[in-house]
Formats: sequence, structure tokens, C-alpha cells
Amino acid sequence: MTAILEVRDLHTQFDTLDGVVRAVDGVSFELAHGETLGIVGESGCGKSVTALSILRLIPTETGRIASGSIRFEGEELTALSEEAMKRLRGHRISMIFQEPMTSLNPVLTVGTQIAENVVRHRGVPWRAARDRACEMLDLVRIADPRRRLDEYPHQLSGGMRQRVMIAMALSCDPRVLIADEPTTALDVTIQAQILDLMLELKEKTGTAIVLITHDLGVVAETTQRVVVMYAGRKVEEAPVEVLFEEPLHPYTRGLMRAIPRLDIEADLAGTRPRLQEIPGLVPILTRPIVGCAFAPRCGFATDRCRAEPPPIVDAGAGHTVACWEVERVRAAA
Amino acid sequence: MAILVDDLAPPRRFSLVTAIRRNPTIAFGGLLLAALIVMAILAPVIATNDPFKIAPVNRLRPPSERWWFGTDQFGRDVFSRTVYGARVSLIVGLSVAAFSCLLGLALGLACGYFRRIDGLVMRVMDGLMAIPSILLAIALITLTRPGLGIVIVAIVIPEVPRVVRVVRAVVLSIRSQPYIESAIAGGTRNTKLLIRHVLPNTLAPLIVQSTYVCASAMLIEAGLSFLGAGVPPEVPSWGNIIAQGRTFFQIAPWTILIPGTFLAITVLAVNLLGDGLRDRLDPRLARRL
Amino acid sequence: MSAAPVLEVENLVKHFPIHGGLLQRRVGEVRAVDGVSFAIAKGETLGLVGESGCGKSTIGKAALKLIEPTAGRILLGGEDVTHLKPGAMWPHRRRIQTIFQDPYSSMNPRLPAGTIVGEPLENFGITRGRATDDRVARLFERVGLRPDAVRKYAHEFSGGQRQRLGIAKALSVNPDLIVADEPVSALDVSVQAQVLNLLIDLQDELGLAYLFISHDLAVMRHISHRIAVMYLGRIVELADKRMLFTQPLHPYTEALLSAATAPDPKRRRRRKPIVQGDVPSPAKPPPGCHFHTRCPYAIAECRVTAPPLIEVAPGRHVACLRRPVGGDQGPLPIA
Repeated sequence: MTAILEVRDLHTQFDTLDGVVRAVDGVSFELAHGETLGIVGESGCGKSVTALSILRLIPTETGRIASGSIRFEGEELTALSEEAMKRLRGHRISMIFQEPMTSLNPVLTVGTQIAENVVRHRGVPWRAARDRACEMLDLVRIADPRRRLDEYPHQLSGGMRQRVMIAMALSCDPRVLIADEPTTALDVTIQAQILDLMLELKEKTGTAIVLITHDLGVVAETTQRVVVMYAGRKVEEAPVEVLFEEPLHPYTRGLMRAIPRLDIEADLAGTRPRLQEIPGLVPILTRPIVGCAFAPRCGFATDRCRAEPPPIVDAGAGHTVACWEVERVRAAA
Repeated sequence: MAILVDDLAPPRRFSLVTAIRRNPTIAFGGLLLAALIVMAILAPVIATNDPFKIAPVNRLRPPSERWWFGTDQFGRDVFSRTVYGARVSLIVGLSVAAFSCLLGLALGLACGYFRRIDGLVMRVMDGLMAIPSILLAIALITLTRPGLGIVIVAIVIPEVPRVVRVVRAVVLSIRSQPYIESAIAGGTRNTKLLIRHVLPNTLAPLIVQSTYVCASAMLIEAGLSFLGAGVPPEVPSWGNIIAQGRTFFQIAPWTILIPGTFLAITVLAVNLLGDGLRDRLDPRLARRL
Repeated sequence: MSAAPVLEVENLVKHFPIHGGLLQRRVGEVRAVDGVSFAIAKGETLGLVGESGCGKSTIGKAALKLIEPTAGRILLGGEDVTHLKPGAMWPHRRRIQTIFQDPYSSMNPRLPAGTIVGEPLENFGITRGRATDDRVARLFERVGLRPDAVRKYAHEFSGGQRQRLGIAKALSVNPDLIVADEPVSALDVSVQAQVLNLLIDLQDELGLAYLFISHDLAVMRHISHRIAVMYLGRIVELADKRMLFTQPLHPYTEALLSAATAPDPKRRRRRKPIVQGDVPSPAKPPPGCHFHTRCPYAIAECRVTAPPLIEVAPGRHVACLRRPVGGDQGPLPIA
């Protein structure tokens, strides 16, 4: 099965007063048809910028895709005109964002916003577009969708607004949905409902999803394959069970050990064990990074790690790691 | 385990050349204003003739080598009078800006921070703002003898409400910031809170507003002098000069055009300075430059 | 040394008026906190957990007297401070300090870090000048920052470092209790671990008590001794950590636990989220038990009677009509 989305050696940069920030520094991955891929990392790792690069939403005055290839259904997106990209966005590739309140236009009704999208890409008459909007609201399990069509975003709760965003994103049957931290701003119980909804819709429509988040719990429960990013680079990629079973990159391991756990019984004895810390800070992206980006904070780092960028090592079962010391890390368990 | 703080970006070095290149408006407005101030201070040196000397035999001469900008109906050198006139305008502009900002700052802080007097004071300010400044100034001046001091006071009063509004808005927005709550929880009391936490954040918008007040004050002063309600007629003020040249505009336009142009340039310089400072000091806009 | 709890809250109520209409009259109120009681002992961490609108932040601010309670009592170290005016409240502030959620807006951008951290010392006259500088340098070291960073400004530190500054400032006057309002929610996971470890170390070393407010159950589980679960202004369950997580009694607690994600793919969507719908608005809470509209176990009476928070077993408090004193603590049958 060929991939529906292929990103090869993407480099995205921004100009700032302090120099050029290499936000995405050579990232490659593929998304198969109907697959849910998670891109996980902390703030500043480049995951959101990667998503914006795919849709060419990087502000042109200060940023650019410096090099790399992004192929969607075989078509090279970096070479398309802006007109062609506009036909693609919201139609064949859709995106939903973290903050539904600022992503929805506050002065238009919910129904108008969804219908507009349908009209623009499908060219159907307004009446038909509104019917489609109603259909979509029903699909995202909003009660009484006919009435909701005429409501404004501020009349809806956070969870409902996110459902509306999803409805709008799926209204033209996109092949790929990019979700950038879709549940981070929502309460826990609402987050559970939205994630559930997204998975259910994926079953129904067969849309491939790229889910971007910093939350390993969300990744574990909703994705099939995971890409871990650090300082603009991909450090590890694996099917989700494999990644959590045996994380091979020291950063991934560090992250998993730094999270307080709900499901592990260890600390209930009354003592409070220390969380594993990752010492140091994320590197500054305006300075060129020599060698491995994680080396300054890595307990396994050698001189080679500090001098040469690590190769992508295949650890089997679809698991790849960017590390010089894979064997040592594996042995350390 | 001490975290290394120098893992953060090194501070940017300050360079005058880059500063000027990045803020052309401030540089241009500032330099122009500085030049005008220097001109005013050095008036006795620059002026070619005695600005007060009346010589009817020389009246209404066009610009020539002896009288660079010609003469008015009393034979006085327009250039020298214009150069001296800068003094009046700049003194008025700068002192009105200074006083109205001091007063406005005090009132704005009080209104923004102590809600109880806010209502009353702001209604008074609204009332003052509803009256056109020139009329208010004229009314105040007619109550006493005309003079430079009175003119300054009379212009300060209608300018204060604008400053109060700006300061108050800043104070209101700061009051709800978490760091203010943090300071209160840490035991900081009202006076210290106002002076150390609130005041410094009001200075940037206050400085910007002061430039607009200065420009406005200079124009009002010129208007007052033009109407005869400003400084005494023998004192050279751009407004006076224009007023006196009014009757002879058709035969001796230089008596109006020259001081008028200087007034326009000065106001432009101050406004440019204000705009440039506002763009630079507004934290949201500054980062994009 | 008194055995009085460092912080005690009795039937705390806070309503925020809503103004509307032409004359801005009071048209309703947001019942942010609707009758909450708890006590925190020396050296203990009480976690307040709940979703948005539950009132947990409001309780934190009321305890600090940053907002005035509508009704109820607040006692610091046994002394009633409820009705104290700002002037009279001032000396009590030494005992209770705070750290905030947003490391970016909780520091004055125009002051050097050392000044910010040392301010409480100067405020209360504990030290002056050189003595303050020494104390501040030691505080910096204690929270893991280099002492020569005292001259730097807030924007020169990262988010995690700013939180450390906030902790240093709170520690400066040796308080009995620190109100920590979502102190790690805005931080990355790796930095979060550093700050949580620091907070626990400080507690063990100094005997500090924490009122730890968060929406994150996993963090709560790690750092608290006892946990109070809040929903729409009321505490619905209050228990020691172990009991709460192994045997939740209130349906809302159960819902929270089942909705929370964990980094374990095997847990994956085995469980359906058991609670549907949205959180009602605190301006119009449902009558009776606030949770009845979303509760799978609700019976007719839940719509009418607001259940009080009662101790159904030693150390276990629940506000649910279907959990009487001495009753069965197993799973509830669906009504």
C-alpha cells in the first residue's frame, strides 16, 4: 500500500532577531491510507511547524520551507501554486487546531461556516451545503443539529466547538486530517469524548489522521504509529505498542519516565518516588547543532554523538531510532 | 544541581547604527526636533537682526540678503522673529507636555487603582474633554491677565483628560495581571505596588502620549496667539506673527508662510517622534520590527 | 507549637455577581464555590482536582484573601482571617504564599529576578540590603538556579526556571503553606518532573504544607497525600490518595479516572467514557446534586436533594445520596 502522504527531509526555517531558527531540521515520515500517525514532542520540537509546512501555512514574510519534499497522493505540494493549495486545504487535506474559540469566526453561525467550506470546494448550492452541514453536526454527535446550525461559537461549550471544528474539517471528505493538539485545551472528560469521536469517525470515513500532541497518554490510546521529535528532528519512530514496550531513544525513555503515572501501582505504598528528570534544557535553535541534538542531556552520549549526527538505525518491526548507541541503550533497559 | 542559566540566548549587543536603521521615524523626528531646539536656544546667535526693532521705512520688504525672510508691516525682520518665535512654541509645547503628564499620571494611577474615586474623576474628565480646547483656554485666559505662564496653565487643563485616560487604561490592564496578585500575596502594600509594579509599565505609553500633547499644545498656542488671546503681541510667537501678517497676505505672503511652515515642521517632528516611539515601545508591535 | 491545621476552610461560599441590562443591575450570579470545607495539617499536601468551572482556583485565591469570600470562614493556623481588611491581613500573609500557573505572566517583566524573589523579605522587614541579597542567592541555589542569575530579567529564563523563581519567592518568608495553582500545567513534561521533584524535596525538608490545585490526576496522584475532587463548586469526594485511586466512591471520581489517558497502549479504548455531555455552567447549576445530569447512577431523589459531604468511613468523605454511612463501597448498580 503506497503512502498517501510522504514527507522527505523537510527543512523549515524562520527569521528572527536572533538569527535563523531551524524549526524543522530534516524530518521524514510517511502516512499510509487510513492510518493514525502520532507526532509527539515537547514545545519547540517542531511538530506544529511540520503540520503547518505540509499545508504551506507558514507565514511567508518570516518563514519558508527551505528544502525537502512533501508528496500527497503522488503530487509534490511544495511545487504547487497558492491557488492549487487553496483548493486542497479544507478539501483533501484538513486541519483542526488546539483553540476552537479562536479557530472559529465569532461573527458567523456555525452552520454558515461549515456550509461555506462545502460550497467553496464542492460548488453545490447553499441549501444543499446547509443540509450537508447538518449531516456533519449529526455525525459528530451534536444533539439537535438543525437548531445548532444557527448558533454562534460563543453559545457553544469548548467541547462542542471542537466537534464543530471536526465537522467542518470532515465536511468535504478529506483523505488526510491533521489535528494539532485537538484536546489539549479541553477538560479530561470532554477530551475522552472527542478522542473517542475521532476514532469512530476514522472507522466510518477511512480518513488518515496525523495527530500532533505532547501528551503520551493520548498517543498511546489513539494512534497506530508514533514519530517522536526533538529540536526539529525525528529521533524515533515505531508502531505504538512497540514504542511503549521498548523505547530505544534516550529522549523517549526519559520522557516516559518523567511522567507521573495513573496506572502504575508503585507509589501507592505511601512513599513518593522521584520522577526521572531529564537534566538540562532544550537547545537553542538559532545555533547550528553539531552532532546529535540530544547529546548534551543524554546519559549515553559519547564523543561521536557530540561530533556526528546520528544515523537512522532500523531496530526491526518498523522501529527506527536516530542514535549511535542503540545497543547500549537496549542493554541498559 | 544548579541549572546553567547561560544555556539561554546571549543578550543582543546594542549598536547605534542598527538602532537608527531599525527606527527611522524616531531618528528623523528626534533629530529634527533636536535641531529646532538648538535653533531656539541659539536664537540670539542665529538671528540676523533685532526681532523687536521697529523700522517702518523697511516695511513689507520681500526676502533679500539683509532680511532673509523679508519684513513685516513694522519693518521687523521676519527671519529673526521666526527664530525667536520657536522659543515660545517649544517652551509652551514642552512645559504643557511635562505638566499635563505629571498631573495625568497622578490622576490616572489614582483612578485606575482606587475604584472609588474613579467614577467621579472620570466624569469630570469627560466633561473637560467635551469642551474644545481652544475655547476652554480662551475662557481661562480672559479671567486673568495674558502671559506665558497663564497660557501654559490654560492649555494644560484641556490636555490632562487625554493623558488620564491612557494611564488609567494601562493601570486597569496591569491590575489583573498575575504578577500583581503575586506581589500582593508576597506582602507588598498599595504604595509600593503602585510605584514599583504599576508605574514603570505606564511610562512607555505616557511618553508616547506626551509627544502628542506637545504637538497639540503648540498648535493651540499658535491659535490663541492668532486670536489675540495668547502671548502679548510684541513677543514673537509664530501665532502672533501669522496674526499680524494676515492683513497683508496678498502682498507679503512671506510673513505668514514662513512661520506657518516652521510651525508645521515642528509639529511634524514631534508627531513622527511620537509615532516612532509608540511603534517601538508597544511590546506587541516591537517584536515584529 | 499549636496542633491547629495550617489552613482550615469552613463552608466557604463565593458568588460572583453577573451584571446585565441597561442599568447594569445584578441579574444573576456565578456560584463558583458553593459550600466547601477542609483542613490541611502541617507538612501535608491536599490536592484539589476538578475540571474547569469547578471552583478550585477560586478557593485558592480566597484562602490567600486575594478575593473576599461571600460566606464561610477561613482560618490560618487557627486564627480567623475571614473578615480582616487588607491592612489587618498583611501580617498573616507571611504564613501563606503562592505559586501560579503561568510562568510568563506571574513575574513583573521590568524587575530583575533577584528583586522579585527578595521582595517578600523586604516587605516584611525580615532582611534588608546586603542581608536580603545573601538570602536571595541562597534561595536561588536551593531551587536549582545559579546565584549569579539574580541580575537577569524574567524573560531571560525558560518556563521551568521561572517556576523555580516563583517557588524561591514563595519560600523566602518560610511560610507554613503554599497554594500552588496549576504550577506545572504550562510546563513541558521533562521540566514538569524537575519542578515536582523540587516541590516534594522542599516539603520533606522544610515541613511545608501545600494546597495543590490541578486538573491533572496523574500529577495529583504523585504529589498529594489527600485529594479532594470538586465539581461545580462543591467537593464530591475527599479521601486519602490510595483509597481514592483504588476504590473511588463518587460517580464523578470514577468518571474522571476512566476518562484520563495513560501512556499504555494496552489500556486503549477498552473502556468507554462513561460520562457524556458537557459540564453545566456555574451560573445555572442543576438543582439537587450538581452531577445528576451526567451521572449514570442517578435516581429520582438526586434531582431534588443536594447530598452533603459526609464521612462514610474513617477518612473517606463522599457527597452522594447512594453512598450512605457504612454502606457498601463496591461498584454502584446503574439506576
